[in-house]
Amino acid sequence: MTGSPTIVQPTLGPVGWLRWAWRNLTSMRTALLLLLLLAVAALPGSIWPQRSINPTRTAEYIDRHPSLGPVLDRLGFFEVYATPWFSAIYLLLLISLIGCVLPRTRIHLRHLRGRPPRVPAHLDRLPAHVEREVDLAPDEALAAVRTALGRRYRVDVRDAQTLAAESGYGKESGNLLFHTALIGVIVGVAIGHVWGWKGDVILPVGQTFSNTAINYDTLSPGPRVDTVALPPFSMTLDRFDAIFEDTVTGDGQFGQPRDFTAYLRTTAKPGAKSEQQVLKVNHPVEMDGAAIFLLGNGYAADVTVKDSRGVEVYSGPTVFLPRDDNYTSPGAIKVPGALPKELGFFGNLLPTGVITAQEGPISIFPDAKDPALALGLYEGELNPGGLSGSVYTLNTTEMTQVNDTNGETLRIWIKPGETVELPGDRGSITFHSIQRWAGLSIRHDPAKDLTLWSSLLALAGLIASLLIKRRRVFARVTAVPGGSRVQLGALAKGDESGLQEHLERLAARVAP
Amino acid sequence: MTRETLEQYSLVSLYSALAVLTLAMLGYVIYLARAASTAPARPATTREPVGVGARSGVASDVPASRPPADDAATLRARRAAGPARMLTWLATFLVGLSIVLRGASVHRPPLGNLHEFVAAASFVLLLAFSAWGLRRNVDWLGAFVTAPVLLMLGSATTFWYTEAAQLMPSLRSSWLVIHVSVATISVGVFTLAAMVALAYLLIDRAESRDGDSESGLGRLRRVLPPAAELERLSYGMHVIAFPLWTFTLIAGAIWARQAWASYWNWDPKEVWTFVIWVVYAAYLHARATTGISRQKATYIALAGFACIIINYSIVNMYFVGQHSYSGV
Repeated sequence: MTGSPTIVQPTLGPVGWLRWAWRNLTSMRTALLLLLLLAVAALPGSIWPQRSINPTRTAEYIDRHPSLGPVLDRLGFFEVYATPWFSAIYLLLLISLIGCVLPRTRIHLRHLRGRPPRVPAHLDRLPAHVEREVDLAPDEALAAVRTALGRRYRVDVRDAQTLAAESGYGKESGNLLFHTALIGVIVGVAIGHVWGWKGDVILPVGQTFSNTAINYDTLSPGPRVDTVALPPFSMTLDRFDAIFEDTVTGDGQFGQPRDFTAYLRTTAKPGAKSEQQVLKVNHPVEMDGAAIFLLGNGYAADVTVKDSRGVEVYSGPTVFLPRDDNYTSPGAIKVPGALPKELGFFGNLLPTGVITAQEGPISIFPDAKDPALALGLYEGELNPGGLSGSVYTLNTTEMTQVNDTNGETLRIWIKPGETVELPGDRGSITFHSIQRWAGLSIRHDPAKDLTLWSSLLALAGLIASLLIKRRRVFARVTAVPGGSRVQLGALAKGDESGLQEHLERLAARVAP
Repeated sequence: MTRETLEQYSLVSLYSALAVLTLAMLGYVIYLARAASTAPARPATTREPVGVGARSGVASDVPASRPPADDAATLRARRAAGPARMLTWLATFLVGLSIVLRGASVHRPPLGNLHEFVAAASFVLLLAFSAWGLRRNVDWLGAFVTAPVLLMLGSATTFWYTEAAQLMPSLRSSWLVIHVSVATISVGVFTLAAMVALAYLLIDRAESRDGDSESGLGRLRRVLPPAAELERLSYGMHVIAFPLWTFTLIAGAIWARQAWASYWNWDPKEVWTFVIWVVYAAYLHARATTGISRQKATYIALAGFACIIINYSIVNMYFVGQHSYSGV
C-alpha cells in the first residue's frame, strides 16, 4: 500500500543501550537463566577427569579416546572451572548479583527510614480482613490495636482513627545480607586463587623437609605468589603409624585403611626451637603462614647398591608409589654412578609380597607384614640427551635389559636384610629395610576466613529471608453507638497462608 | 553381643521395615482408590488470578484434604488409611532401630557409607511424614511417601549393602556427624517436598481439565488438596530443606579443608552438591519472579530432585572422586 506512514522506532543512544543491557543483565529472569546455565556448565567437570585434579587420569583419557579426547580438550572439558565459558557465566552472575543488591539496598534503606504506607480506603479489599465492635472509645480502641500489634510491628499512627503498621523488615535485610555475603564468598575464593599456594611433597621417615620451592615434588602457586619468600619452616618426620582393617573379612572392607598418624618435629624458622606435632588425616598441623595436611602414604625401600668395583654407589630410602589398595608399589632405583655402565632397577616394592601365576609379584595386604622387592635390571644410559625423566620410571630407550647366568631375563626377589649379587660381576644390591613415607600437602590460603565467614553470614541471611514474614497491617476505627468498630486489614509480601489467622489473633487481643 | 550379631539384627530390622512398609503402601493405595471412587467431587474451584491482592487464600488454609461427606463409603476408605498409618509408624520405628543397632555394631555414628546414608534419609522422611500426620490429615500423601522410601530402602539393602565396619581415616571426624546428618535430613525433606510437588502438578493438570471428574486424575482430585495448597506446601518444605542443604555445603567445605587441604576441590560429589544447590536456588528465584508460573518453578524444583537422585546413585557408584567411599 502506498501512503502509509512509516513507523518511526525510538532509537537508543549508547547510554540507552548500556542502560538496556544493565536492566536485562540485572533482571530476575537473567539471574535465573544464569543460575541454570551455571548448573549445567559445572556438570562436565564431574563427568570428565580434570587436569588440575588428576593430570594422569586426564592424559590417559585423552590417549584412550584419540578422536574425542583432543576435541573435548580444545573445548576445555578437562579444565572446566578455568574455561572462558565457565568464567563468563559466573562473572555475569556476579555482575547481576551486584546489580541486584545495590538498588535494592537503597530502596530497603528508604523503607527502613520512611513511614509505613498510607491506610487504604477499603480495608475489606485486602487479602485478609477482620471487623470487630468493641465497647471502647475510638481513641482507646486504636490504642488497643497498637498494644496488640506489639513490638514486632513498626506502628505509624496516622490520625485519631487510622494506623498503619509494618513488620518483617528482616526478610529483606536477610535477603540482602545473603546476596552481599555471596559476593564475599566469591571475592574470598578469588583472593585464595591469586595469593594462595599449594605444594605436595613425599617425606620418608627420618627425613627433613625445608619449606622452599625447590624441595617440593609439585608446587602450584597462585599468580601473585612470590615463591622465593615462602615461610621458612621445616619439619622432620620421626615416625609414621598406619593401621589397616585385618579383622573384618567382608568384600571391600578387608585391608581398608583405618588410621594414619605422622609424628612430626617442626621448626618455625631456622634456629627456632623445634616442636613435636601429631599430624593425622583430618587434623592438619597449622604453621605460621601455611598448614600441613596428611594426604597420602606409602613405602620406601632403604637399599644400597655396589658396582663392579665393590664401591657403594647408591644408598638411601627410595620412594615407591602405591598402585592399588594393597600398596603394590611400582618404582625405580637409578644408579648413575655405577661402573662400567649406569644401572637402573625397576619393579615393585611389596609390603606383603607374593608371586602369583597370573599377575606376577603383587602385594596382598597393605601393611608391611612380609616385605619384598621384585626387581628387574637395565644397564646403559639413564638420562639420554641429559633429560632426567620421572624418578619413578626408567627411560629404557638407551638401555638394555640384563639377563641372568642362564641367559634368561634377570628377576630379583629380595627381602629385608638380604643381599643379591648381580650377574656378570656387575656388583650387588642390599635391601636393608622397608620404610613408610608420608604424602604431605602444604597449603596457604590467605582468604579462607573471609570465605568461611561470608558463607556463614550468607546462611544466616538466607534463613532470615526465607522464614521471616513481611506483613502490613492497617486499622481504622469508627465510632458506633456504644463503642467503636475496629476494621483491620493485612497484606503480605508474596502469598502467605497464615495471614487471615494472624489477623484474627490480633483482633482477639483487641476485642477479647 | 558381637559385632556380627548386632549387624544381623540391624539387617533383620531393616527387612522387617521393608515388609511392613509394603503393607503400609498397599493400605495407602487402597485408601486413595476407595476415597477417589466414593468421595463426592469437590465443587469446581475457580482458577485464581495471579495478583496478590486477589488471592483470598482463606479457605485453603484449613486442610481441605478430608472430603466433607462422612458416609459409609468414606468410612471404608478411612479403614484402609488407619492401619496404613500405624504400619508406617512401625516401619519408622524399625528403620530407626536398624540404624541404632548398626551404630552399636560399629561403635560409631552409622553414616559412613551409602547404605547407612540411605537408611538414615529414609528414616528422616518417614519420621517427618508420620509426625506431620499427627497434626493434620496427610493420608493422601501416604502412597507418595511409602513408595519412594521402599525404593530407597530396597536399593540400600541390595545394591548398596556394605558390611558393618570401621571408617577409613578420612571419615574419622566429628564433621562426619555434622555434615552427613544434616545432608540426610535435607535429602529427606527434599524428597517429601518433591513428592508434594509431583502431587501438585498432577492435581493442577486435573484442575485445568475442569468438568472431567471421572478420569483417573479427576478422581484423584477428590482426595488430594487443591493445587494451590499443594504448591504452597511444597514451597514450604523446600524453604526448610534449602538452608539445610546450604549448611551441608558449608560444613562439607569446612571438613574438606581439614581433610583434603582445600575447602573446594571440584570433586564430582562437590560439583553435584553445588549443582543441586544452584538448581534449587533457581527454583526459589523462579517462584519469586512475577511472570514465571508456579508450574514452571515446580519443574525446576523437580529437576533439582532429579539431581539429588543422580548424586546418590550414579555419582556415588561410577564417578571417580574423593567421595568414593560408598563401600560398594
